[in-house]
Amino acid sequence: MSYPAGMRPSIEKVEQRRKDRLNNYEFPRLSPEDKAALLKEHHPDFRDGDKVNLRSGVNKGERVPKVLAEVIESPSRLNLGSVDLNRPDYKTDVLVIGGGGGGVTAALTAYENGAKVILATKLRLGDSNTIMAEGGIAASSLPEDSPTAHYIDTMVGGRFKNIPDVVEALVTEAPSILEWLTSLGACFDRNADGSYFNHMPAGHSFRRSHSIKDLTGLELMRVLGDEIRNKDIQILEFSPAVELILDADGQCSGAILEDLDTGRNIVVEAGAVIMATGGMGRLHPNGFPTSNHYGATADGIVMACRARAKLLYMEYIQYHPTGVAWPEQMLGLLLSEALRAEGAHVVNRDGEPFVNRLETRDALSAAILRECGPRGKGVVTPTGTMGAWLDTPMIDLKGGKGTFMRRFAGIQHRFKKYGIDPTQEPLLVYPTQHYQNGGVAINVYGQSNVPYLYMAGEVAGGVHGHNRLGANSLVDIFVFGRRSGRHAAENYRKSPVTKLTLDHVKAHDEELKALGISSQRKSPMILPDYRFEKALTSTQYVNEIVEAE
Amino acid sequence: MNKNTLKMIPIYVMGKKFEVPEELTILKALEFSGFTITRGCGCRGGVCGACATVYRNKDDYRIMTGLACQTVVEPDMNLVQLPYISSRKSSYTIREIDPDSLDIVKTYPELMRCMGCNTCTKSCPVNISVMNYISAAMRGDLKQVVELSIECVMCGLCAARCPAELSPYNIALFIRRLYGTYKLPKSPQLEKRVSDIVHGVYNADIAELKKTDNKKLQGIFNELQAKKGASV
Repeated sequence: MSYPAGMRPSIEKVEQRRKDRLNNYEFPRLSPEDKAALLKEHHPDFRDGDKVNLRSGVNKGERVPKVLAEVIESPSRLNLGSVDLNRPDYKTDVLVIGGGGGGVTAALTAYENGAKVILATKLRLGDSNTIMAEGGIAASSLPEDSPTAHYIDTMVGGRFKNIPDVVEALVTEAPSILEWLTSLGACFDRNADGSYFNHMPAGHSFRRSHSIKDLTGLELMRVLGDEIRNKDIQILEFSPAVELILDADGQCSGAILEDLDTGRNIVVEAGAVIMATGGMGRLHPNGFPTSNHYGATADGIVMACRARAKLLYMEYIQYHPTGVAWPEQMLGLLLSEALRAEGAHVVNRDGEPFVNRLETRDALSAAILRECGPRGKGVVTPTGTMGAWLDTPMIDLKGGKGTFMRRFAGIQHRFKKYGIDPTQEPLLVYPTQHYQNGGVAINVYGQSNVPYLYMAGEVAGGVHGHNRLGANSLVDIFVFGRRSGRHAAENYRKSPVTKLTLDHVKAHDEELKALGISSQRKSPMILPDYRFEKALTSTQYVNEIVEAE
Repeated sequence: MNKNTLKMIPIYVMGKKFEVPEELTILKALEFSGFTITRGCGCRGGVCGACATVYRNKDDYRIMTGLACQTVVEPDMNLVQLPYISSRKSSYTIREIDPDSLDIVKTYPELMRCMGCNTCTKSCPVNISVMNYISAAMRGDLKQVVELSIECVMCGLCAARCPAELSPYNIALFIRRLYGTYKLPKSPQLEKRVSDIVHGVYNADIAELKKTDNKKLQGIFNELQAKKGASV
């Protein structure tokens, strides 16, 4: 298959100009002022038309992506009349919702601290964005690095909007997370002398990211999934939560699950609930492709809103600059930032560099959108999508033959099926929706404003401010998985609940009616609908931009 | 992609015929045909192993296996996605296992049933030499198991096809965990960092930073970035 003939001339230009770029050439870095201007002009977060204010509930007035507002402001998918709260199917101390890295860590930690734990998840245990994380996990492990420097980098990357106490927890516990994962048997990449191999994702000031080839998340998820199955923790797969249960005082008391195999509702009464439900990529904010897992439909945000949890920075979406733009079958999938850290430049259809490869994700995404949009220097594919080149052959040319294969075996393998060899040919990239920077506001223990309701990982907001740094999300899920798990195990409600209720869900449905808000759907969404023509993907956003020019 | 210009080919899903665009993956072809996939779809990117698929091509006696999200459809292929694969996983506490003893075989005694038929390797959708890592496991060569199996996506196809009834991917995971826990060297510098943090070495600095205004933080960051130079 390889690249179609129409794209060949552009590849030749990239090759011709590669020589000039090999000799330690780097495109100049953006000044803080230029970066701010670039973001304002070209980053989707700053496009007004894509955001709306929520019209109902406790988060009324909060600015959110349109697609998220649609699912928040839809009636509940739960048939309230059919649920019997008087006879819960399960009673547990701690209920964890979500089977990714954050959820499994929270469940393991709550269990270690003496709690009875149930973990419910939408698909299989481990089905999550964690498993897809390629690049690495951030921790200040080198002697010249420090948690202090990690703190500074994280705050600057987040545009100073992060919650300082929460960032302090993140950076000071990161090194111990690395030790914990190693003790469970995760095979982190090592240098010849046995020390941890590190690399430097954009926005970090030291080599701080720890990887397991380009399969970091897969390895961590395999190990954690194995560990939890060795424990006496009940795991309910294909059983996503659809609403939270409160008590008469508005405190969280459990959740209603939906068994996807049978359609039956399952009532779980819990002394505390930890949500680790991830983000919203599969809602496709702004019409972008996404790097996210099939189940990333913002269910946790939807349920938490109805239970009156407060959102923070929900409008800020991270677009990863290097999503795959060709072949079509891989559209939107992520290419690790480590490719740029290892030397690959980003260039346009004429092989010209237009941005430094180590700009933060937001700036690099904006630069690629500018190049493909107003500047008209994008590479057009036969299916009408666009992209810029990530010049991957530079990695072996700089690091020596075999470097690419050693570090990026997974990427090499996936492209090989389509006749593309990343050590010989550049890869076509275009920004892909990658991460929900905001979420439900948390404190240092992962607690939301709703008593006995915790958040861990992407569903939470405040850790990353307006923009997350690479490698900071893997460390986030473990730090706050551990923190919420421990705190929940020590502080779950021991006294019996007087009355379980779904009145908040009823109130939500009634408020929508009163406000005249109608919706075509019910929510949470659970899974996206890609049937029929929707299976033929397109980057709607590019088309809009091109039409506007 | 414009539907009108697409070349359509026939495929059979559980024996039923559908016309789908020739460039689609099996996963997208199923969705194009109208299937809602609950079991049999995960990351959609070839790393989670949720979409194990078994098929036969026209006039070919062989059983083919693949990941639906990574395999492009072929004319007249007849396929079924596997919703679940029953496998055996031993229960153990990694800290209580001796990696240099017979504990590996005690944990997975069926390991020794391997008859070297290589069906596992042939059925692996990510081209892992499954039989070779099983042989390495029988020899007690943990490092070799790690190197050969590190890309495993746990789809379970090897377990589904093994005539000796092993669940190779669970055995590999067990051994990788042993290797990671016992055989990888300790890192004195990481231990020192963790110990320094526990002893509060950075508390005062971070407390100070939490009070520092944004402009000054940006200034410190700019200095750090300038120092790191061009090489990364």
